[in-house]
Amino acid sequence: MSTNTEFPGPVKWVDDRLGIAKIGKKNLRKVFPDHWSFMLGEIALYSFIILILTGTFLTFWFKPSMAEVEYQGSYSLLKGLHMSEAYASTLDITFDVRGGLLMRQIHHWAAVLFIAAMMVHLLRMFFTGAFRKPRELNWLIGFGMLFLGIIEGFLGYGLPDDLLSGTGLRITNGMIQASPVVGTYMNFFIFGGEFPGDDFVARFFIVHVLLIPGIILALVTAHLFLVVYHKHTQYAGPGRTQKNVVGYPLFPVYTAKAGGFFFVVFGITALMGALMQINPVWLYGPYNPAEVTAGAQPDWYMGWLEGSVRIFPGFESHFWGITLSWNLIIPALIVPPAFVTLVALYPFIEGWITGDKREHHLLDRPRDVPTRTGIGVAFITFYAMLWIGGGNDLIATHFNLSLNHVTWFLRFAVILGPILGFWIARRWAISLQRADQERLLHGLETGVIMRSPEGKYTEKHQPISTYEAYSITARDRLVPHEIGPETDENGVRAPRRALHKARAALSRFYYADAVQKPTTQEIEEAHEHAHDADEIHELTEDTETYREVTSDRS
Amino acid sequence: MSNDNLPVKPEDEHGVVEVAEPIPDPGLEPHEPRITDIDPKAADRAERQVSGMFGLATLLVLGSCVAYFAIPRDSILEFGPLSGNANNMVIGLCIGLALFLIGAGAIQWAKKLMVDEEISEERHAAHSSPQQIAEITEAFKEGAEESGFGRRKMIRNSLIGALGILGLPAIILLRDLGPLPGRALYNTIWAKGIRVVNDVTDRPIKPSDLVVGQLVNAAPANLAPLQEENASEYQNAKAKAAVIVVRIKPSEIRTKPGRENWGIDGILCYSKICTHVGCPISLYEQTTHHVLCPCHQSTFDLADSAKVVFGPAARPLPQLPLAVDSEGYLVAQSGFHEPVGPSFFERG
Repeated sequence: MSTNTEFPGPVKWVDDRLGIAKIGKKNLRKVFPDHWSFMLGEIALYSFIILILTGTFLTFWFKPSMAEVEYQGSYSLLKGLHMSEAYASTLDITFDVRGGLLMRQIHHWAAVLFIAAMMVHLLRMFFTGAFRKPRELNWLIGFGMLFLGIIEGFLGYGLPDDLLSGTGLRITNGMIQASPVVGTYMNFFIFGGEFPGDDFVARFFIVHVLLIPGIILALVTAHLFLVVYHKHTQYAGPGRTQKNVVGYPLFPVYTAKAGGFFFVVFGITALMGALMQINPVWLYGPYNPAEVTAGAQPDWYMGWLEGSVRIFPGFESHFWGITLSWNLIIPALIVPPAFVTLVALYPFIEGWITGDKREHHLLDRPRDVPTRTGIGVAFITFYAMLWIGGGNDLIATHFNLSLNHVTWFLRFAVILGPILGFWIARRWAISLQRADQERLLHGLETGVIMRSPEGKYTEKHQPISTYEAYSITARDRLVPHEIGPETDENGVRAPRRALHKARAALSRFYYADAVQKPTTQEIEEAHEHAHDADEIHELTEDTETYREVTSDRS
Repeated sequence: MSNDNLPVKPEDEHGVVEVAEPIPDPGLEPHEPRITDIDPKAADRAERQVSGMFGLATLLVLGSCVAYFAIPRDSILEFGPLSGNANNMVIGLCIGLALFLIGAGAIQWAKKLMVDEEISEERHAAHSSPQQIAEITEAFKEGAEESGFGRRKMIRNSLIGALGILGLPAIILLRDLGPLPGRALYNTIWAKGIRVVNDVTDRPIKPSDLVVGQLVNAAPANLAPLQEENASEYQNAKAKAAVIVVRIKPSEIRTKPGRENWGIDGILCYSKICTHVGCPISLYEQTTHHVLCPCHQSTFDLADSAKVVFGPAARPLPQLPLAVDSEGYLVAQSGFHEPVGPSFFERG
């Protein structure tokens, strides 16, 4: 096969101007590792593209105006009603533009999916330790996108100016108003005066269609650039080291797989848009500040904020002529930002505690870092309790419970739940580690029971393959942070002793009870023992199997 | 923070995590050929599957175009209790299935027919080499030296000042986003002698129109005329002025001192706007006189000056003092004595 040293005509034209061979050489066959959990970020990316496509379609007909009009479209139940142009044009898209309802529903489903995918992707990063050096920055960029995505979704939810979205905005308005000192001013600047006013749809619109998507797009670019630049992480396994990346090339395998997956995600959201109703604004009617629907729910990702303000008890302080609404300041203005900041800074907190400053390209299995896994589950539990709180009324009515009991339960569960969740997940991870260790040192139970000439019963164990044994042990040894001597050789006390002590204590806690992988000696001993006795697991009087086998003798 | 006591010494910062112990890395597992690698018939079958999916996708896309023109935009498709707009549904089904098949086809092609031997690529540490660091430091120093930025402190400081002050107009120019709050949140359009009207029919209410246990959503009589004048002000006024009028057996009412003459024969009037975050409260329970806000479930006892009995709200609903005018209709004695709706900092 002869190799071309010149591009065909059109490609040459491009290459003469861009030097594509130089850029493409490295990237065309770039290797990406294969694992289902690496697709979660892809889902987020693809739903963002779907959002841009369907959103652009919607802007052709949507009128971001709060001017009052009398509805004269084809939905007869609202004919003649006064409403904003925004709501009227949303009805037009729904009933008079062919494919309009489909696009609205795809847009809404993709938005819901976008945020869900980002969140699950974030959990995958967390539980596998993918956020460690050198990827902390990409973790923060991802966090930025999740944060913006949630705001973007909320703004979009407010645009149709129906009863439900107006109620959502009014709640937001009330929360902003609770901010000390600046609350009323912020509200008057955001809404152009008192709520609802006639400005917010136009303002939210431009932020929703240009400002935030623009920033997200820039962040997506940076995020993907860093993924390519750092090369993808991979799970430990035979032949997969810190210094390589094993998988399939971008061209052709990942072009087909990832490109195909885009169509799969688009196809599924299109089917959801076609078959599953979402946000039927025509049933809610135009916004009326004196009305509200019972059992109203925000989009799922706002649920935890809603729950936070629902379950917080009603406290307010009045002094020196001012009012501090703790019932909003704490659950809406302090707790959510503090929680988000804590999770966002987790890579740096963990890095400080463990003192680990090395690069990591091999992912942890969640069980192998039990404390991190426990912390992650505590985060999830906290979020989940607040999220359940966002539907406390629906839970009460659906399960015939007292609303007050549900709320009181959650007031405690939001604090105790994470502690319990942490403890269970951590112990669970440690148990899984022990099971791994057992498998590694003693092999698989074959279920074959042997009887020796003396009448002793034993079960045959089979050692696991080298590949599997390697996968289990291909992880770091967890060494707690050692604190140096109190004083140096000249008798001078080490500076910031207390901080060091706290750090060492945290580090010991962080690694406490985690199962260390065996040493070469331990593995050899276990195998020798197996070899000598031709069995690994001796059946004793206590063994269940032994009793079963011997039952017919008595 | 000193790094002396870290398990990984600073010189190991760029060290690599060593995982290939106690078991040495056995290397990649041998590649297992797929059935399509061995059996040409299976490979042909896979090819037919893939092109079948792509072909079907083409037909479905054409189908969606036909559906766009052929199905009337208001026709309804029904499946038992479920129904939906036929035009949207068929277009969506065709496009959705087509997209899915294109994707599934491409993935099937990659999994069954493209070479599936894993390859390995080297990875390098992110940090620069000492030589690169030396070079860039040198280059930077040279540039900094040539600019004289560090030496000529006056230039540096005045530039920092000028750039810093640029933030000011960026903020000030946003000033006209809205008026200052002023007293707007303290007032509603309720005033002395304004009639209480039913908020659906706009009819004034007589005490005899209400039976014990009844709750009526009401508004001030001067609200409706606003709608013709200025739709936006109408909405703003409505957002604050909405009230509920309730009639409770006088013996069950615990009147707050100073409010003895605010009710008419057990008819009381409260702001409808929740003191938590401003949702219009709406669920009334006759037997307990409790009214519940559907947004966050704050519960108020209307027989006891609308004090909070449960939920996140911290203040009772403001009460509107009622009177009866010469024609026998309910009117306000005055506006509200406190701001309605959610709390705010300067409220007091």
